[in-house]
Amino acid sequence: MKRREPLTNTQLLMTIAIGIFIGMYALAMAFLGGGFLKAQQFFDILNDNSFLILLGCALTIVMIGGGINISVGGVVGLTVMACALYLNGTNIENSTLSISVTLLLALGIGLAFGIGQGFLISYMEIQPFIVTLAGMFLARGLTTMLSIYPVKVTHEGFKELVKQKLQIPFLGYIAKNGNLIPAKLEIGAIVALVMLILTWYLLKHVKLGRDIYALGGNQQSALMLGINVKRSRFLSYVISGFLSGLAGFVYLLHMPAGKADTANASEMDAIAASIIGGTLLTGGVGNVFGTFFGVLILATIKKIIVLSPLNDSWWQDMASGAMLGFFILLQSIVLSTREKRKIKAADKAALQKG
Amino acid sequence: MQNDTILTMRGIDKQFPGTRALSKVDFTLRKGEIHALMGENGAGKSTLIKVLTGVYEKDGGSIWLEGVEGEAHIHSPQDAQKLGIATVYQEITLCPNLTVAENMYIGRTEGQIVPWKEYEKKATALLNNLGIPARAKQELNHCSLAVQQMVAIARAVDMNCKVLILDEPTSSLDDKEVEMLFSLMRDLKSRGVGIIFVTHFLEQVYEVSDRITVLRNGELVGEYAIEDLPQVELVAKMMGKDLHDLSDLEQIGSKHKAEDEIIYEAQKISSSESKPFDFSIHKGEVNGFTGLLGSGRSESVRAIFGADRVTGGKVKMKGKEVKISKPHDAMKAGIGYLPEDRKKDGIIADLSVRENIILALQVMRGFFRPMSKAQMEAFADEYIKALNIKTASQDTLVGSLSGGNQQKVILARWLLTHPDYLILDEPTRGIDVGTKLEIQKLVLKLAAEENMSITFISSEIEEMLRTCSRLIVMRDRNIVGELTGDQLTQAQVMKTIAGGGQ
Ligand SMILES: Nc1ncnc2c1ncn2[C@@H]1O[C@H](COP(=O)(O)OP(=O)(O)OP(=O)(O)O)[C@@H](O)[C@H]1O
Ligand SMILES: [Mg+2]
Repeated sequence: MKRREPLTNTQLLMTIAIGIFIGMYALAMAFLGGGFLKAQQFFDILNDNSFLILLGCALTIVMIGGGINISVGGVVGLTVMACALYLNGTNIENSTLSISVTLLLALGIGLAFGIGQGFLISYMEIQPFIVTLAGMFLARGLTTMLSIYPVKVTHEGFKELVKQKLQIPFLGYIAKNGNLIPAKLEIGAIVALVMLILTWYLLKHVKLGRDIYALGGNQQSALMLGINVKRSRFLSYVISGFLSGLAGFVYLLHMPAGKADTANASEMDAIAASIIGGTLLTGGVGNVFGTFFGVLILATIKKIIVLSPLNDSWWQDMASGAMLGFFILLQSIVLSTREKRKIKAADKAALQKG
Repeated sequence: MQNDTILTMRGIDKQFPGTRALSKVDFTLRKGEIHALMGENGAGKSTLIKVLTGVYEKDGGSIWLEGVEGEAHIHSPQDAQKLGIATVYQEITLCPNLTVAENMYIGRTEGQIVPWKEYEKKATALLNNLGIPARAKQELNHCSLAVQQMVAIARAVDMNCKVLILDEPTSSLDDKEVEMLFSLMRDLKSRGVGIIFVTHFLEQVYEVSDRITVLRNGELVGEYAIEDLPQVELVAKMMGKDLHDLSDLEQIGSKHKAEDEIIYEAQKISSSESKPFDFSIHKGEVNGFTGLLGSGRSESVRAIFGADRVTGGKVKMKGKEVKISKPHDAMKAGIGYLPEDRKKDGIIADLSVRENIILALQVMRGFFRPMSKAQMEAFADEYIKALNIKTASQDTLVGSLSGGNQQKVILARWLLTHPDYLILDEPTRGIDVGTKLEIQKLVLKLAAEENMSITFISSEIEEMLRTCSRLIVMRDRNIVGELTGDQLTQAQVMKTIAGGGQ
């Protein structure tokens, strides 16, 4: 007997997010036209938000495990600044080598934060909110310590790398002068998409990923089922830190300059994206593809507002806020009606059995 | 030590803040034996099990396991599983957000990549084998409590273990499921698995066990072969005194008379979960709803209390028409209700015993008429004594009480409100024999002395026969009979349930 299972909560919430994104984008194409009719518009959203996709993954992982990480924006800021300073100061001749060292530096900073915070949260059992809040302050503090002035990357090799883009001719468009302008995807966006798939794979098919779901579903039960709860939680923060470090590097690739307030409040965007994509703050439910669409939804709203007469940054913030509120409301309505139906179904099953 | 011993625990000590849960307890399990671990609520049964499986660290004592050199060091459930100890805990410990199949295999499979296909195939086979009405890919929170319990059992049974621990596995199972579990246990036993079995159903103990270890107040009373310990003695050993008050119970009896005032009367009342039915109860009467699990007995009383969406019907309380569409209305009209699923609608683990007891009364009085501290303490004390609730103090968090004692706290909550009409759905589930009788006595006393009307639901028919003067029998969500007087015999009830006439 083959029968389709009803969507899990995770799948249902993600489907809603995808549906809303498609609807929104279609409306933008219909009413705003212009840029939205070109594929490049979509690629620009990816290019501009590649670091946010990575941060979204970083948050989704810890949120599924029932935690939170608000230090990710700070870690991006610190990484960007440290890498920019390193690149400008390095005396390694070989440019590939110096860029590799920069990448290692970025990942190292992210991992250091991940390991430190993970240890405090998991083994010392301190509230994740408090630990990562402290982490955020530490990262921002270190960033200003490194330099209070903006630092522009002057490293030639890196600047070359920033210009590298994947050209996709068949999605391009014909410019006014008759030339074909291919659609362009930046390296950072490709990295983000690859990591998105890897993170999905980790959460869906790797033992650690499943342990994180179990832990978020019910920590006590996870323990009794024989899961190493502390280790799983620790690793979720380590991965989260790693992804934040990588996000910093990707940020630098998109905008090669360090500033004290780089990626300011981006942790909030990442949290919002996760929630919109169907990750519940209570843990145990979520999916990085949903988060990906969460990022796209937030970015598209901003684009729409830029193109509309309401072009003001506070309108963008309000729209994002309204979107988040709308999603949370929608989720709680969907989940609670589901809950009721579920109980009925369970009763029915019991009845059939009896 | 005989060489067919697989588990030896000696001098186990465990201290919780304010409670000595175990002191110098010995326990021995042999190959191919079903060993009942008995004791009153709070005697330390679950604690002994959790010490063995590494949920709690013991404060003293030693554990030896067959096949392990020297003392066994078990610091986590993971360690226990690796050493071949499979456990079904008293509270269901599965993850609601994972599928049935994953709940069966997570935490006990080798390899870093999840073999989904294999999970699914093996789980489906296991579910079919055991006749569990669930699908492998179903999310666990779509399953009923009984199914969840069965899934937990299936997981443990599948583990190829040396020691299988079942802590009150039967509390939410019906007779058929219990039978199936027993045949499974006998099968494992014949393969040499040692089984530790905890339950408060004495008949079940005598049906399957070979040996009994009794605990009382965290201390070992003794270990006995089943044939050396008749039921009466077992009860005496558990309680530390003889149980001989069945006769008292009859003396109290139910005194209400047919001409007494009708307290509650419903015509064609129905809810989203129950079909329309008529029902009324007199002042001081104790009646019961009976029927198999899923027959609609709980749904009917939920409709009375407005716990499900009420869809129709007329309700009169003491002759006056009232509208009851939600629990709050019912409470204001003077109806109290102890729900069947207490995990979900009842216990607030992070509040103290006192706060949990006072809760419903406070709601009824309204939050703007708070009680004095002394008053609250007096109330809490009264019921801690009456129901024999084992707690370090009134301020202890309910979450740290033993399973049975948590149940008692919720029962106390409703008894305290002194409603005109009280509905108790499975008030004695998971509660030890001694207290069970106390509760039955209390129910009869409330009816006789305070003229409270009470509806009592229990899966144990004897218990209902002892307390109720009228039984309403349900099948397939319909009332199929009403028994009173001489008809109140086990045989007659069974016959009516099965459809053999009135
Ligand atoms: N986590 C805990 N913290 C504090 N005290 C606890 C904890 N767990 C159990 N206790 C106390 O230890 C004693 C023994 O509890 P335990 O759960 O072992 O009883 P039990 O024999 O399993 O009872 P029941 O039949 O009600 O399940 C009780 O007095 C209980 O209050
Ligand atoms: Mg117990």
